Amino acid sequence: MSSSHDMRTATQQFDTESPAPLVSLRGITKRFPNVIANDSVDLDLFPGEVHALLGENGAGKSTLMKILYGFYSADSGTIAVDGEEAHIGSPLDARKLRIGMVFQTFTLIPAMTVAENITLYLPDLPAVLDNRRIAEQIDEFGKQYHLDVDPRLPVRDIAIGDQQKVEVLKLLVGRARVLIFDEATRVLAPHEIEGLFRIFERLKEDGYAIVFITHKLREVLACADRITVMKRGRIAGTLIRSEATEEGLVALMFGDAMPREIRQTAGERKTDGAPLLELRNVTTRAEGEGTRLDDISLEIRPGEIVGVAGVSGNGQRELGDIILGLIACARGRRLLQGVDATSWIAGRIRASGVGFVPEDPLGMGVVPWMTVAQNAALGSVETYARHGGLSLDWNHVQRDIGTSFEELSFEALNPWVQVRTLSGGQLQRAVLARELGRRPKLLVASYPTRELDVRSAMAARRVLATLRDSGGGVLLVSEDLDELFSLSDRLIVLHQGRIVGTFLPHEIDRHKIGHLMTGSGGTNE
Amino acid sequence: MSKLLKGVARIARKGWAVAAARYAMILAIALVAYAIVLLLAGKDPIKACVDTFSFTLGTRYGFSEVIVRMVPLLLTAVAVAIPSRLGLINVGGEGQLYMGAWLATWGAITFTGLPQAIFVPLLIVLGFLGGGVWAAIAGFFRARGLVNETITTLLMNYIAPLIVGLSVYGAWRSREPGSSAFPQSVAFPDAARLPRFFDTRVHLGIILALVVLFVFWFVMERTKWGLKMRAVGGNPEAARRLGIRVGFYIVVVMFIAGGIAGLAGMAEVSALHGRLRAGFSPGYGFIGFLISWLSGGSPLGILMMSFVLAIVFSGGSLLQITQGVPFAAINVLMALILFVVLIKPRLPRRKLS
Repeated sequence: MSSSHDMRTATQQFDTESPAPLVSLRGITKRFPNVIANDSVDLDLFPGEVHALLGENGAGKSTLMKILYGFYSADSGTIAVDGEEAHIGSPLDARKLRIGMVFQTFTLIPAMTVAENITLYLPDLPAVLDNRRIAEQIDEFGKQYHLDVDPRLPVRDIAIGDQQKVEVLKLLVGRARVLIFDEATRVLAPHEIEGLFRIFERLKEDGYAIVFITHKLREVLACADRITVMKRGRIAGTLIRSEATEEGLVALMFGDAMPREIRQTAGERKTDGAPLLELRNVTTRAEGEGTRLDDISLEIRPGEIVGVAGVSGNGQRELGDIILGLIACARGRRLLQGVDATSWIAGRIRASGVGFVPEDPLGMGVVPWMTVAQNAALGSVETYARHGGLSLDWNHVQRDIGTSFEELSFEALNPWVQVRTLSGGQLQRAVLARELGRRPKLLVASYPTRELDVRSAMAARRVLATLRDSGGGVLLVSEDLDELFSLSDRLIVLHQGRIVGTFLPHEIDRHKIGHLMTGSGGTNE
Repeated sequence: MSKLLKGVARIARKGWAVAAARYAMILAIALVAYAIVLLLAGKDPIKACVDTFSFTLGTRYGFSEVIVRMVPLLLTAVAVAIPSRLGLINVGGEGQLYMGAWLATWGAITFTGLPQAIFVPLLIVLGFLGGGVWAAIAGFFRARGLVNETITTLLMNYIAPLIVGLSVYGAWRSREPGSSAFPQSVAFPDAARLPRFFDTRVHLGIILALVVLFVFWFVMERTKWGLKMRAVGGNPEAARRLGIRVGFYIVVVMFIAGGIAGLAGMAEVSALHGRLRAGFSPGYGFIGFLISWLSGGSPLGILMMSFVLAIVFSGGSLLQITQGVPFAAINVLMALILFVVLIKPRLPRRKLS
């Protein structure tokens, strides 16, 4: 398996003789109910540096930057901009101080053009817009920093990577000097990430300060000049790039509690037997904003994890939905364990032993206002129904939750709390426990580790591997190529609703996949 | 002082206290506003209030009338509360009530020879079917993703009374001497009248309504179907993925809800009027919606709110006679209450954050 990467690493070391910091955070403390998100954090941002904020989910990175951006206000602590204490009560204040932020999920309006989106962001617009002046600025910044997008195109028609560029342009035209990127690479393909890092290089040459929030070590080592590691709301350490090593950063992030990652144990499992799932030339109708699946043929055998790579929105959701019976095949057939299940409804497919881990557990997997136990019961109502459905055996539900959590060696949960009060990791564990507790033969796992801290993510991956090892089949949709490479027995690449490649993980490197994902050259051969 | 505040806060944390305070506030605000309306009309609000309560709660007849008024209010409120658990907004209680009464009337004037022991269950079935099918049409279109149920149920409210009108002006019109000037159906046979109790107008409908209310609570809170329905209301996307037949539940629940509103219509014509009349409902279906909203869909809340609004309603009829206050004033009061209710959804949120 290829684990090497040839991303360009930043060679310029941060110049310690540089001028005074652009922004200084001192003693920032922020409490949320039951948790201290930031505990007297100090941080300096200098002009001309890429400053990575690294840490697990929930370490307080985003909170800290949202305080700087005026999204939250700190309980205590001070912020100085250009050496002068600043009061930042709202994002508008932050923008006036020339601080800008790119959020995890982009904030563009799809129906409006690039130029309109940028204009919308600018403060102090005159009543009558000077569109030409704005277009000139977009053009100017675009040329200067290789942010070449056509300002007249509607945002919905441009690639995700270009949308990212629009987000950056927005900040530049708005005259920001401090650019904060919150997990900005999540939706990007590998070569788009590299493109972003090249943009960083040019920006910092011109004295911009860039904050790059992430939990991915690879990216940090590729682009940062200084790296601040956060852990449970505190600064665990700040390193300059030349001092930083992968091991050193891991140690800072986790202390010694670093769990071990699963490795492929290829060749030991048998992947024969009738396929658990077979899609034969399945085509769907386009529905609303969704992607139309086009002539999909796919097999998942017992003891096999099939990984699905692709830029999100290229049919991953529809592929999962067609397996779960949520959308109909316009053409083609769906077979489950050799039986034609083309016309089965979702309930029957689920009852036949198909489980799912949705991409958005709170929105798609559970009923937020119900308790963990009620949600667990919903997963297999018939099992718990008594007296023909007139009552439900809650003791049985509770027992099963306990057993399931124990088997997966998850930390136990109180089954009587509403799931909306759970953390992301707890929620994902509850969903995994529910679905695995049903002993599914086939599991459709969509982004099962998204939004999870590293430990929860590993636990989730371990669960998938265990299911596979016990003869189950898994469809793993993920945007994390490392995850796909380490778990999958077979990889397929989706682009615009078609399977554009099928590979064994050792046959292909991440660049080739990246190009297939974005439809920018590269073939199956 | 701070001790007192803490004490208040502690009580406020208890859900029921918040709920009770909320209802009291809503009523108080609405009543004050109503008093102002009465004052502007040159009436004495204090006397109106005293009259209302001494009549409805102080006399046997008055109290029995309150119970009679409660029947359609309870049933139409449940007809709104059930779909609301699935996230559906059924504003068609009025139309469903009319259609229940319409189909029950058809049965009553068609199968005239039946004994009461068969006739009453038949009317219950017909009343349920009439309202149920009417509402299921809206449910079907919603389940198919074609039209929002709020719009269809609302618009169908205008159709149902016209169908009733068509029948009572036409085929079913009474030709009895003296009644021909008034658009109404022929009288029901005696066997097609719901039994009454205690020598008052209190009839079988109240028992029917209470049973419906209990079954509503039991099914929602205890059974697997309730769990599934609440899942559909709580997160339809997740429910779909868990294999729950969302569309099926939408149609069935609309059918049941409409059927329950239909029972209200059936009870009105069968127990009280003994014939179908054009415009026999003074907007019970809409008041039922108001009650369901006021009580947040909770069965106990529906019971209490129906009682309170039944008093208001009975008081309205009384004041019309004793003080010459037009009945429309009651509609003003209802509108005021609805207006105040719209503030409601914010209150529980604040408790959470």
